[in-house]
Order: sequence, then structure tokens, then C-alpha cells
Amino acid sequence: MLVLATALFRGRLREASRSPLQIDSHQERRLGIAVGSATALTVLVLTALTIGSFFAGKSIASLSGSEVITIRVTGHQWWWEIRYPKIASSQEVVTANEIHIPVGEPVRVKLDSLDVIHSFWVPSLAGKRDLIPGRPSELTLIADKPGIYRGQCAEFCGYQHAHMAITVVAESREAFDAWRFGQDADAIAPASDEEHRGQAAFLGTGCALCHAIRGTPAGGTVGPDLTHIANRRSLAADTLAMTPGALAAWIADPQSIKPGAKMPSIALSADDLNAVVTYLGSLE
Amino acid sequence: MSGIPRKTAELKQHGGLNGLRDTGLDEAELLACLARTWQTSKGLYGWLATVDHKLIGRRYVVTAFLFLVLAGLSALAIRFQLAAPEAGRISPDLYNQLFTMHGTTMMFLFAVPVMEAFAVYLVPLMIGTRNVAFPRLNAFSYWIYVSGGLMIWVAFALNTGADAGWFSYVPLAGPDYGIGKRPDFWAQMVTYTEVSALAVAVEIIATVFKLRTPGMTLDRIPLYVWSVLVTAFVILFAMPAVMISSTMLILDRLVGTKFFDPAAGGDALLWQHLFWFFGHPEVYIIFIPATGFVSAILPTFVRRPVFGYLGIVLSLIAIGFLSFGLWVHHMFATGLPQLGESFFTASSMMIAIPSGVQIFCWIATIWGGKPIFATPLLFVLGFIFTFVIGGLTGVMVASVPLDLQVHDTYFVVAHFHYVLVGGAVFPLLGAVYYWFPKVTGRMLSERLGHWNFWLVFLGFNLTFFPMHILGLQGMPRRVYTYPLDSGWGGANLFISLSSLVLFAGFALFFLNMLLSLRNGRVAGENPWDASTLEWATTSPPQSYDFAHLPVVTHREPLWADPDTFPVVEGLRVDAREVLGGTVADAVPQLRVPSADNSIWPLLSAIAVGGTFLASIYTPWAVVWGAIPVSIGFICWFWPKGEPEDEE
Repeated sequence: MLVLATALFRGRLREASRSPLQIDSHQERRLGIAVGSATALTVLVLTALTIGSFFAGKSIASLSGSEVITIRVTGHQWWWEIRYPKIASSQEVVTANEIHIPVGEPVRVKLDSLDVIHSFWVPSLAGKRDLIPGRPSELTLIADKPGIYRGQCAEFCGYQHAHMAITVVAESREAFDAWRFGQDADAIAPASDEEHRGQAAFLGTGCALCHAIRGTPAGGTVGPDLTHIANRRSLAADTLAMTPGALAAWIADPQSIKPGAKMPSIALSADDLNAVVTYLGSLE
Repeated sequence: MSGIPRKTAELKQHGGLNGLRDTGLDEAELLACLARTWQTSKGLYGWLATVDHKLIGRRYVVTAFLFLVLAGLSALAIRFQLAAPEAGRISPDLYNQLFTMHGTTMMFLFAVPVMEAFAVYLVPLMIGTRNVAFPRLNAFSYWIYVSGGLMIWVAFALNTGADAGWFSYVPLAGPDYGIGKRPDFWAQMVTYTEVSALAVAVEIIATVFKLRTPGMTLDRIPLYVWSVLVTAFVILFAMPAVMISSTMLILDRLVGTKFFDPAAGGDALLWQHLFWFFGHPEVYIIFIPATGFVSAILPTFVRRPVFGYLGIVLSLIAIGFLSFGLWVHHMFATGLPQLGESFFTASSMMIAIPSGVQIFCWIATIWGGKPIFATPLLFVLGFIFTFVIGGLTGVMVASVPLDLQVHDTYFVVAHFHYVLVGGAVFPLLGAVYYWFPKVTGRMLSERLGHWNFWLVFLGFNLTFFPMHILGLQGMPRRVYTYPLDSGWGGANLFISLSSLVLFAGFALFFLNMLLSLRNGRVAGENPWDASTLEWATTSPPQSYDFAHLPVVTHREPLWADPDTFPVVEGLRVDAREVLGGTVADAVPQLRVPSADNSIWPLLSAIAVGGTFLASIYTPWAVVWGAIPVSIGFICWFWPKGEPEDEE
């Protein structure tokens, strides 16, 4: 850039009368040497960069193989299904849109998609990896510091690509074990009348066709598992924060909040709606 | 006129065997005969039937710029929606169509065709002949191109706009998830534009190899012509890949083949390999001719020949080859073996070397010359500045670990706009300012031109530079909105406002053209005192380009012999004829008849286009469409029984 500016400035001083074909052969030789050495320098720098990039890639790849925990993530239009496989003391747990990992331990994330291509990307923890139907792949996550990390689908996947986020909660081993233990339990049974009414409405109006709540007859697998929904931080793949108001708004009219989402609007009476919200809000 | 070389003198002796030759005619009579032979007849029929490369080239350019306006307006709509977080100004459905149409139109309907358009117009003039090698194919390619573009935009107006992104990944664009007929229109539009691009590529190769004027040996070919020649070869090898993949997509959607369906043994990743095997060379199909513009504009405005002619030619050829070895760097996130990724990292880095050589040669040219700061040169300097930044970010995304972070973010959006707008559109605007006098006979206003340059240059950098930062902060591309608490709102608002500056720059560009067309200063033959052959004829050139084909004795013919240079004699003037020569040395071999005007390329294009369109709805269209297509082609190629055919 500097050379370019100098070249421009230099030229301004030159006399105008010369014929364009009159060329100074000494200068041509010097220009030739300059272009040649600039090219040689480019080659050297690029070679160094290529080698550096190779070793950086290698050290990232060397992380894999040492993982203790494995998680399965399946991409759906437009949410993430998350499975913690069965381990010695506990059963398989299915949840959605929120991953918990222990700090400082490499975690293997197995990725797959059943519809279109998505891409799993939590910028602060790892690079991205595509979820391609028919081509399962995996990625290693490691969090050095506890915290809540936001991730997002990075491959265009249709209408609501913009609202397909994922939350990663990195916490101490004890907190993680407690969370995992809590997830293991079936859903809390309804206690109050309102919660009973909510459960009945949930099971009776079609919610259960798509959603599962472990410990109840609701066993749908099309939408996210709601067994411990009240434990999660957000709704609809981080479209809304998890509050009773947001839950009510989402159930009443998902299509205006997330147009094109696969969840239909279901006609519920105001009382039923409140009851369902109360019931789901109790599913810690 | 002096110094007729021996070969052409022999031609002269044969003169008079049949047909009226230019030998011995006086100047007025000669011009009248040539005009009669090469003219485009008046009226609508003449307009539709013409095969004059200048009329077709001009039409191509105007059409491409209309598509630029449409794509630019879609970009403005996108920026309107993104100016604020969680804005509900445009629905996700429309937004997805808008960004797909923006990318598709820019890549397939603007950038590639406009480069071809310039080549169609300029190449015959720069190599000293009277038309391209296959004039009717040229007309056909234009009609096919325009019908493909119209089709996809009419579909968009009917809410059937493509919405799966300009690279339409399957399965999102496949039979199960593609919405309605949207991906089919996209895939067929690709077929149209590829047919037209292949047609132009074939013409350019044949024209440059066989129709160069005597004396224009390989080492005297203007660098711009070299660049379009290399581009034509890249088109020839890259475009079939995307035609195959878009055809496979149509087949999957229409007749239930399973090329891309993993459940039935197909592979979703196959699409990406096929598409990017075309898609990466595509970038160079746009970029290489733009470097040709730079090599044409620079010598004129720094008043000396380009430094390192041979180095630049070899770089062009190297870029042409290397462009086929990079496609996987679009797919690093799909999870390929590490060694494979490293190979493509290395090859992506390698292409920076010939690109660097070109930049160094241009800077050396400026160093050894005396720059005149006219608008075309400003655009060239703007290009060098912008392209260097785009090149540096390119080297960054070539590295796998870096790419896995910035891939599919606004960093990549910024990178490819720096390379494509900075690397191709800036030289293109410079080229418009440079050749406008030749094409219209009038100069563009320099005052508006300077304003135009600064608005576009500043508007561009203010719009796209902050996108690098947004990308590093994690904003993914192709999202119709972003959360309030992301902190990206300020930068996005700034970008949206800056895009208005860029828009104003382009508005000024079109205004300048409209005003200058009427009121611009009359240009004369060679207003810039340039060195190449297109400046040796009238502005605008007559239908026959040159009254006498010039004979070239130097790489910069108009600088070497500013007043007189030798010419060819002995060509027929009562029938269209051009001179064919050897590939390497352009030694004249034979007089080649050049096709006359004909309506059949248009009718054939309608038949072919109709077949493509109907095949979106039924596979039987291919069968029934074959009948009108065959009729069109038979009439197109029907022999005229001229005596020359039997000679």
C-alpha cells in the first residue's frame, strides 16, 4: 500500500512529454528485481502460514480421544435434540436446546441430522461442524471456565434458521452431576388442582402427539421432550426467556413469535392455557 | 497506407475470382459497400435478428446492469430488515427469498454475464476483426440468458422466488424440504445461464485463436484478451459441473431419482462437491476478466506499457488452473479428513502467489509511469486497495482452524464482497468509464465520475468493513434477525446507513451515463490516447468495425505507429467475410465467411427456453420440446448455397 502511494506520488513529478514507449532499461531491471523479491517473500510467508495452520489444526484434533462424556445432538428444523446416553447408574435422558457440561473435561458431541443440514457452533468453545443427514460426525467441546455460552446454527436451514440457538452451561463437576441426576428422574406429578387440570389439557388437546413427558402417557417425539422443561433457561431454541408469560405467549400463538415453526397454534380456552402453563412451569 | 505484408498480398492476387473485393475501390465506395453488407436492418425485425457483436454486447451489458439494480434493491431491503435487532419489517419467508435472489442474481445474472458482455463487445475490436467467430450462437446466448433471468424474477414476483440460498444446498432445496416450485425455478435458471455462458466461451476461444488480425502473434495479444481467453477455458470446464448438479436436483424433485437422498443411498454432500467444483472457479470467472480491465486501463493512464507482460499472462493461466483446486475450502466444516483439508489449505494459499505477481506488476507499472488521475484510474486504484484487503482475509479463511470459526458468519460475507465488489465491480466501473466513449461516441462526465468513485469507494468500505467485526463477534450469515442482547444492533444500523451511501454512488453512476449519453463531450476515435486496436476505429464503431483490417507490428500498435499502420486488402465487401489465421502467429490462412443476420437464433432460444420452463412441471417437456428445438436449429443451419461454400 505504501509502495503504491509512493509510486503514485513519484509519477506526478515526472515530465509529461515523453513517448509512452520510451522506457529506461536500468529502471526496468530494478523493477524486475523488486517484483521478483516481492513474489519470493509472498511464497515464504504463505508457506509459513500453511505450516502454522497445519499444526494448529493438528493440536485441535489431538483433543479428541480423551473424552469421558458423550452427548448426542440431533438437529431439527429449528431446535436441537440432546441425548445423554445411558450410563451405569442412570437411564438415557432426552432434553432440548440446552447442554450441560463439566468444566475442564473434554466432552464428545456426536452430531446428526434427520432433516436438512445444520451446523453446530458454540463460538467460545469450538469451531463449527456441520450436521449432514446420513453423515454422522462428531466434535470435542471443552470449557476452561464455568459460564453460560451461546451457540447458534451456522448453516442456513430454512425459515427459522435465525432462531435456532443452543445454550451450553459449563459448571463444576458436582453441579453437573446433580443436574444429571435430576434429569434422570421422571417428571414431577401434578400437585395442585390447577396442575391436574393443566396435565389433562396437555394430554387431551394434542400436545402429547408431538411432545414427551416421561412418567405420563405423553410420548411424542416430533417436538422437544418437556420432562424437565421448567429447568431450562429458554424456550423455542433460545427465542424467548423461560418465564410463565413467555410460555403462555408461545403456546397461545407460536406462529407469530417464530413464523414457520413446526408447532401449530392450538385453540385452548384461557383457563386451560393458564393451567397448561402452570403445569409445565412445575416440571422442574 | 503502406507495408502490406506478403501473405495478404497473395490474397490480393486471388481477388476478383468471385465477389467484389476491397482492392481498388475508392474509400467512399468501400465504406458504402461494407455498410450495406454488415448493416443491421431497421425496425423491430432487424433488432431481433441482428448478429452484430456490438449490438449484442451492448444489449448484454444493459441487461446485466438492470439485474444489478434488482439485486442491489434486494440488498437494500435486506439491510432495511437488519438495521435493528428483532425487527419485523420483512417476514422470514420473504427475507429468505430476497437474500437468495440477491446472491443468485449477482452471481449468475450480473457478474458472469456482464464480463461476457464486455468480451463479446471488445474482443473482435481489440484483435482487429469484424465479428465473433459464431455470430448467431452469440445472439442465441443472449436470448437464452435474458429468458432465464426473466423467468426467475417473474417467479419471484409471483411469490415463487428461490429461497434456499444461492448455492441451494440439498436437502433444503431437495424434494422433501424445498417449498413448492421455488428450487426448480432456481435450478432451471442455472441451466439457462450456463448454456449461454458456454456458448460465449466457445465463441471467445474460437475468435481469439483463429480470427486475430495478421501480425497479432500470441505475445502481442492485449492482456485483456488474454484474460477473457483464460476465463473462457475456465467456463468451459467449470460450468458443466453445475449443469449436471442442477439437472440432478431437478431429476430428484421431478422424477424421483435419489442422487442426494441419503436414506436411499444418495449423498447430500455430493451436491456440495459438484456445486463448489463450479462455484470456486466461478469466482475466478468473474475476477480474471476484471484483472484484464486493470491491465487495459493502467497503461493508458500511467503512460507506459504494463510491466511484466509475460509474468501477467503466466499468472492468468496459473490462476485459471489453480482455481479448480480450491473448492473444498467452502466445505471445511463438513468434516473431511485432516490431510485432505491441509491439501486444500495449501492450494488456497498457493493461488495468492499468481494474484500477488499481478498486483506487483501493476504497482511496478505505476512506479515507472506518470499517472493521470482520470476516473478509470481511480477505480483501478480503489480496486488494488480493496482487493489487497480481500486477499488478506482470503488467506485467513484458507486456514482450517480459523475458517471453522468464521465460516458462514458475516466475516465471510465481508470477505467475498471485498473480493467480488472490490476485485471485480470496481474495475468494471472503471471499464465503463474507459470504454463508454468508444461505445457511445461520448465521454462520461469526469466531475460526476469523481463523485461517483468516492461515494462508491467510501460507501463500500463503510458498509462492508464493519461486517468483518460482526463476523468475529459471532453473527452468522443468512439470519433474518438477531437477538436484542447480542450487542450487534449498533454495527448493523451503521452498515445499513452506509449502504445508502453506496446506493447513492451507484445512482450517480447511472445518472452520469444517462446525462452523458445526450450531453457528453464528443469523444473522437481515441480520446485517451490508448494503444490498443479498438481505438483505431470510429466511436462508436461502424457495423463492420474496421474499414480495413489493421496489420499489427507491435504489442502497443497505436503507440508504435500513431499515424499510419499497414492494413489487409483483398477481403470481399459484398458478402460478410473475416480473415482466419494460425493460432500462434496469426499468419493469415483463409477468408472465413461470417454468418448473416437471422431470426432463427431468437426462435431457437424461445424453443429451448420454453422446453426448459415446461420441464419444471413435467419431464415430458423434454420429449415434446425436442420438436420445436430441432426445427429451430435446422432452419438456423440451413445451407445458403453460396458459391463460397463450394470454393
